[in-house]
Parts: sequence; structure tokens; C-alpha cells
Amino acid sequence: MYTQALDVQGSDPAAPADDVSRERHFEARIEREEKIEPKDWMPARYRATLIRQISQHAHSEIVGMLPEGNWITRAPTLLRKSILIAKVQDEGGHGAYLYSAAETLGVSRDQLIDQLLAGKAKYSSIFNYPTPTWADVGAIGWLVDGAAIMNQIPLCRCSFGPYARAMVRVCREESFHQRQGYDIMLRLAQGSVEQKRMAQEALNRWWWPALMMFGPPDAESIHGTDSQRWKIKRFSNDELRQKFVDFTVPQANFLGLTLPDPRLHWNDAEQRYEFGPIDWGEFDQVLKGNGPCNAERLTARRRAHSEGAWVREAATAYAEKQQRRASNRAA
Amino acid sequence: MDDKRQWPLYEVFIRARGGLDHKHVGSLHATDARMAIDHARDLYTRRQEGISIWVVPSAAITASDPSEAEALFEPARDKIYRHPTFYDIPDEVKTL
Amino acid sequence: MMAAAKNVARLLYRYVLRVGDLNLVLGQRLGEWVGHAPALEEELGLANVALDLIGQARLLLAYAGELEGRDRSEDDIAFMREQGEYLNPTLVEQPNGDFGQTIVRQVLIGAFQSELYERLVDSADERLAAIASKAVKECRYHLRYSSDWLVRLGDGTQESHARAQSALERLWPYTTELFAEDDLDREMADCGIAPRLSEVHAAWSVRIDALLAEATLDRPRDRAYRWFGKQGEHSEHLGYILADMQYLQRAYPGARW
Repeated sequence: MYTQALDVQGSDPAAPADDVSRERHFEARIEREEKIEPKDWMPARYRATLIRQISQHAHSEIVGMLPEGNWITRAPTLLRKSILIAKVQDEGGHGAYLYSAAETLGVSRDQLIDQLLAGKAKYSSIFNYPTPTWADVGAIGWLVDGAAIMNQIPLCRCSFGPYARAMVRVCREESFHQRQGYDIMLRLAQGSVEQKRMAQEALNRWWWPALMMFGPPDAESIHGTDSQRWKIKRFSNDELRQKFVDFTVPQANFLGLTLPDPRLHWNDAEQRYEFGPIDWGEFDQVLKGNGPCNAERLTARRRAHSEGAWVREAATAYAEKQQRRASNRAA
Repeated sequence: MDDKRQWPLYEVFIRARGGLDHKHVGSLHATDARMAIDHARDLYTRRQEGISIWVVPSAAITASDPSEAEALFEPARDKIYRHPTFYDIPDEVKTL
Repeated sequence: MMAAAKNVARLLYRYVLRVGDLNLVLGQRLGEWVGHAPALEEELGLANVALDLIGQARLLLAYAGELEGRDRSEDDIAFMREQGEYLNPTLVEQPNGDFGQTIVRQVLIGAFQSELYERLVDSADERLAAIASKAVKECRYHLRYSSDWLVRLGDGTQESHARAQSALERLWPYTTELFAEDDLDREMADCGIAPRLSEVHAAWSVRIDALLAEATLDRPRDRAYRWFGKQGEHSEHLGYILADMQYLQRAYPGARW
């Protein structure tokens, strides 16, 4: 779902003959569920698709540290504060694993970060929404991490080795994230009148954006086929979204909270929940940069990066001095 | 955007528990080996997953060429006598 | 005998608060960096220190709650005291400033914590000794992390050197408070619960001198003005820190989170 705007435009130029046979060999490897590793031959579009998808995923983790990070100083108990710091730290770590995986494909992390800060790279729409209350921290853990897990588990079997392995590591760490979010919501829902209202209002705010995380409807996703054939994307947007709804509705019912969808109902014949229409207009606007917090998130990242430049330069300068000293001593 | 030189890339290997080999877990950026060790600790051992860390500048690693995989690795497949299963050990000799 | 024991408990309560509040307020300050650090790796590094400090604060403040004898939890102690009841040294309230100022603050206080915890491991108070045994290992890592950075900044570029030196000048005056022995410190040392601050000071000074030399930084002159955070008299900063930290507990009294 961090890959919702994934689209690789344009068609392949006429490929040279041996590239065609290489591509056939490559597709056969994928068919056999073999893992593609960084030094293996791969079609240019496979490489480009992965760089874009993995870097979007990485950017999402980094930007995602902000909406929750902003509640660290105001967490209501020391335990919650500790858990939140650990969670946000994990997210930074996930970003690092993912940038590492992207770098195996021949880009540098600095290039990717420059693209993000220049507004040229996409990241998950969900992090452009505000976290005005503590309940939003709970809602993010429960719904956003929940949606992320739904997407990330199949990615553990992605054809590209470094991405799949990064996803295995991420998934191991992610289940604690969702559980702590649900735990926050449970405590609120069982708490005072004000706390229950806080939880309900947060759910109202996050439900639809969470559903949008899975990307546009399959009918409108014309570029999914390569990703599915190359076993980068194992399930369609709609499949994952449906699965998420089916899992999450009973969880909301257990909390005693109401989902903000008057059309939501159980379809017994199809054994699934039917839900109302998603406002794709809003989704488009958020992706274009007109969501409630796009500007703030990017500004924060730009500031951190530019205010930290002297620090990064100092570290490099010191390392160079040490190297010179070492070689002078050796001489 | 500002600094022209990025921190070099290091590959990280972790020994999870006593008795195990160091395993490649990923990479990170650092300006020198000491920083790389500290970063590796913070990045890869937050859940007590390691007792020993090796870091190596990525540039120092030489990798075999996948296109030479046949030449490098296939001949070994014929030499089955390297594998213990080639030998028929009588059942009475239990400890081999 | 009973009165003497009660008195020691009361004193110990205040002493444990001093150690615990130092961690609480410093952890709170470091928590502000999340999402804004100079590099992804430093996000993790600073968050790691913050997490450890909050963990130590929890152990200490839970103990303080027990010593107080009013059945208050670690959270009651952390969130529901008035400003004058916090006994952290003024140094840890100081703003993060730039990364250089945060690192300088971390080195100055971290070296103090290391020397303190190494001696508290032998405290006559078993609980404090146990907490110190755990904390000393974490502190060693924090000091390694921040010392390494102090050297990189001090001996890095002209700009980083200037920033580090000016942070040092700005924060140095707050260090005298760490070693200013008052009645509480004397009593705790007499009981064998805490080390003599003069001893801690001497060890700290040796460490800091070596580190500043390696970082090519100049040790500032000691200045006369004294601070009294550890006696509950704080700078303007603590008010803002507490307003943030205590907000939810104060806005929803009695709520469980």
C-alpha cells in the first residue's frame, strides 16, 4: 500500500535480440519462484519498478515518524512514552532497511532523499493526515500498521531477494506496532466518556484514509500486470482492501466503536463485508500534495536535512582527517 | 541537497548467538568503522538479535559474477563424494 | 531509631527523585529530536538514549513512589507533581539547540551519570544498587555515542568546531550544580548510599579534560552563578517541559491510558 501510485509509464523500446532471450530466461526464473539478487540480470523496467516501489516504501517509513513522533513528549504514561519511542525508532529502522535494499539496485540513498525533499518522490498518502489527539496515535497503530502488515506479508515472498528479506525483518517487528495501537484504542474505548469520544472521532478520521492506502480500484490500475507477473505484487489492491475490511470490522465491533460507513454490512452469500464508496477525489488531491499535512511533513524533513548538513559534513571531515593522520603515521 | 559527499556504505554481519556464524543482515551509511559498528548496533540489534558485529566497507567486498555461476559452481555438483550422503555407512556405526 | 530510619527514608526519597528526574527530563528533551535528526542513523541513536533514560526513570520513580509511602505509582510521581517538586539538575532542562548543543549536554551529563552509577552499584541501598547495575551499562554506551560525536564535531570542520565550542560555553555554567554538595548529598554519603560528590567531580573532570582535548575544544572557565534545580528551583524551561508532558494527565484527571 505504500506503493499505491506505483506506475511505470511508457513502453519498452525495441529490445536487442539477446535481451529478449535474457528476458525470457528471467521470466522463467520468476515462474520457478527463484529469487532475483542484485547482480543478476534483470529487465530495466523491473529494476526501475523496484527502485520506485522500495524507495516509496522507505520514504513512507521516514515521513511516518512525524505524525506519531509528535506525541512522544505528550504521551500520557511513561510506559506509553517508551512504547511510542520504540515504535517510531523501529520505523526509522525500517526506512534504513528499505533504503539499503534500494541501494543494491544501483541508486544512492542520498539521491533518493534528494528526490523526496524536492517533492519529486511519492510516499504513502496516509502520513499527510494530522494527529490532533492521543487517540490518533492508537488509530494509526491499529489501522495504518494493520493495513501495512496486510501488504507487507505477501511482499516477504517478493521475487527480489533484498526486498523480500527486508520485509521479513519488518514484518517481525510490525506486529507489536499494530497490537500497541489496538491496546491504546481498547483502553480509550473502555475509559471515560471523553476518552471514548476521542477514540470514536479518531476512528472517523482514519478509516477512509486507511482504505485508500491500498491504492486505486483494480479497474483503474492499468499498470498492475507487470508487477504481478514479476511477483513483486502478489495480490491486487481490491483483494487486499477487502481482506483488511473483513479483518478490521470485528475488531471495531469489539471496541464498541462505530465505523463511519452507513453502507457497511455483511454479505452472507459472499462471506465478506460490503462497504461504501471511497472518495477517490480526496485521494488524488492528497497525492498531488493538497492533503492536510503534505506541506508540513516535507517542510519538517527539509529542515532536518538542511539543519543537519553541517553535522554530516563534520563527520566526513573528521573521518578524512583520521585517514590522513593514519597514512602520515605509516609513512 | 547540500553536502557533496555522502557517508560511505558498509555491509553488516551479525552473529546472533554463540556458536553461530556471522550472517549478512544489510547495509548502512557511516563515515568510519567505529560509527558503522555503533549504527549497526542501533539498527540491527534492538531486539537482542546479536552478540557480535562485523562491518565491512561495501567497496572492499568482491563478489562472484552470477553469469559465471555455471563455471564456478556446477562442477561441484558432480563431485558428490564431498557430500556425506554419498557414503553408505553401515547402520551399526551410529555416530558418523 | 524509628525516627532516624524514617528520616533516612524521607531523604532517600528526595535523593532517588534527583536521580530519577534527571533521567525523566533528559529523556523528555531527547524525545523532541525524533523525526528531526541530522541523519537517519542519528534518529536511531538519539531515540535509543531517550528510551534507555525513560526506562531508568521508570525504575527510579517507581522506587520513589514506594519510599514516599502514599501509594503513588511511577506515573503519579512523573506527571502529577508541582514544578518545585522536580529535583533534576538545571542542565537537563536546557533546550536541545542544534545537534552540537545536544551532544555537548549529553557528554557533560553522561559523564556525570557514568561516574555516579559506577559508584551507586556499591550503594548501601540494595534497590538503588540494582538499578545502578543496569543503568551503568546503558550509560557507558550513551557516553561512547556522545563522546564519539563530540570528537567528530570538535575536530571536524571550522563550523562544527565553533558550534561545539559555543555550546560548551553556554552549558558549562550548569555543571557546577552537579557537584555542589548540599545537606542531602552529605547525608546520603554519610549513610553509604551515595558517593561523595567531590570524588565524582574529580573523576568527571579527568574524563572531560581528556575528551575535550581529543575534541580540540577548550575547557571553559568556571563561572560564579549557581543553579538550584536539584533543590526544586528551576530555570524558565521546566515549566514548558512540564506543560507538554503533564497535559493529558492534567486534562483528564483520573483517566487510565
